[in-house]
Amino acid sequence: MTRDSDDPPARRRFLVQGAAAAAALVGGRARAEEAAPPAIPDGMKSPGADVGSQTYGTPSRFEADVIRNVPKGLKQYTSASSRTPLQELDGILTPNGLFYERHHGGIPDIDPARHRLMIHGLVETPLILTMDDIRRFPSESHIYFLECSGNPGFEAIKGKTASDLVGLVSCAEWTGVRLATVLREAGLKPEAQWVVAEGADAAALTRSIPIDKCLDDALLVYSQNGERLRPQQGYPLRVLLPGFEGNMNVKWLRRLNVTAEPAYSREETSKYTDSMPDGTARQFTFLMEAKSIITRPSGTQRIAPGFHEISGIAWTGRGKIRGVQVTTDGGRTWQDAALQEPVLTRALTRFRLPWTWDGQPTTIMSRAVDETGYVQPSFSDLTAVRGLKSFYHNNATVPWRIAGSGEVSNGYA
Amino acid sequence: MATRNTRVLAAALLLLGSVGAGRAAERYGIGRAATAAEIAAWDIDIDRDGRKLPPGSGSVAHGRDVFAAQCASCHGARGEGGIGDPLVGGRGSLASAKPLKTVGSFWPYAPTLFDYIRRAMPMNAPESLSTDDVYAVSAYILNLNGLVPDEAVLDAQALAAVRMPNRDGFVPDPRPDVR
Repeated sequence: MTRDSDDPPARRRFLVQGAAAAAALVGGRARAEEAAPPAIPDGMKSPGADVGSQTYGTPSRFEADVIRNVPKGLKQYTSASSRTPLQELDGILTPNGLFYERHHGGIPDIDPARHRLMIHGLVETPLILTMDDIRRFPSESHIYFLECSGNPGFEAIKGKTASDLVGLVSCAEWTGVRLATVLREAGLKPEAQWVVAEGADAAALTRSIPIDKCLDDALLVYSQNGERLRPQQGYPLRVLLPGFEGNMNVKWLRRLNVTAEPAYSREETSKYTDSMPDGTARQFTFLMEAKSIITRPSGTQRIAPGFHEISGIAWTGRGKIRGVQVTTDGGRTWQDAALQEPVLTRALTRFRLPWTWDGQPTTIMSRAVDETGYVQPSFSDLTAVRGLKSFYHNNATVPWRIAGSGEVSNGYA
Repeated sequence: MATRNTRVLAAALLLLGSVGAGRAAERYGIGRAATAAEIAAWDIDIDRDGRKLPPGSGSVAHGRDVFAAQCASCHGARGEGGIGDPLVGGRGSLASAKPLKTVGSFWPYAPTLFDYIRRAMPMNAPESLSTDDVYAVSAYILNLNGLVPDEAVLDAQALAAVRMPNRDGFVPDPRPDVR
């Protein structure tokens, strides 16, 4: 609601109009009549805003409530996260301004002209690259999802919306250079087994990446959905490891240390490890397993009896989504949803199923299957193996309860 | 330019040599060589065995003062936690219904403590503590957890020698584990 906050008159105008729009949504009738025949829409009676009146375009003012989902009342916001409003989006690409955030030391403000990437350790020639240097390498563009490993946790899955529950996933087209290309420019020594990536943020966030991933599909990216990375996504340079947990995709990348062993940094020992019921913790749990969620209808929405298109997103770190099954009767029967082409490797896949609601209370839910045959588990199957304390890598199915009133709510709550 | 030509030649030799398939490839001659001094100025990575810990030392007693000034406002006067994570306690709790994951109960390697404090703490002014202060705060946090005595002074060798209780508590990723 505060996009115009540094322009008080514009903001006041916006708020008044926003309030009118909100009233129309509730009341409906007055505004609907205004646009219905025989009246001619106001916008046809006089010219609209000039070309270039916004030199960087923003969404319609009527979309002002489609914003990042920022949790309220956190102890601090330096190391925290905000979520993508999944239930408001279509297709598979997340707008850059709505991409989820997870920062560990705030968002640095980096001048790309002053930024440097150092590559050192077990290499023939340690290198320093400028951003201009990095953009000279052969480039590639790929669409990949990115997901935080704690999306959501295992305890108290109390959110109301799809965003509250699974909003720490987003998807974009990324452009950059293969990490392998840059490592080969420095020349890997035979004993190179890991690459320790460090961010230029106040956490100097550090994660170790196995060399096989570095030489496979890993990228160093500088653009997202066609424009340069946003500061929140690592401007001017980040690591992109398709299918691996979000925090490994080090943002604001400044250093790559090629090593024989992992760094065993705080992030990969005491932080991003998964605690099991026997007291052990799983370490180097890189992969994000197959997952899906229905985003429409979803929590806090209200439906009427009759036709509805069920729609949602599915993804897997193991490759492509093979299929998505949807139940509209609480898990008794499952139907195959249609997958929107193209179905891409390690990208979000949009699924849809036509459905006519009969007005009876029920529970709807989706279940993804990936190209390896892995099936997204139920929460009870998942926790039977891992207990409730692992926090990370909860990829369980998400049930939405539909009341007789048409109110949709969290089936976990 | 001589350097670049040398590198291109080196790349050609590597191609002819026994470098594993997939690791040798053409080079583009982009960027410049980093000097040893530049690398030393930026490389703050500490390995789990502490071989890369820098010269310097700090005592538990000095660490108590540094902690009170720099850490206690978030982590509590004795590391019990607050805005920041608890750093103390939880030994024996990891297999219980309420695991308390702290430096004492969970962290596997003492040198990681030095690495993390130096790079990321205090949260409002990371990389502001001197090397000796980082050793001292590490010593105090380990002391609060009963892992070093009150009179301890930690340097690279002494910190690396601290065996953390949960050193062997980590296991590899067995997924897919749910079918």
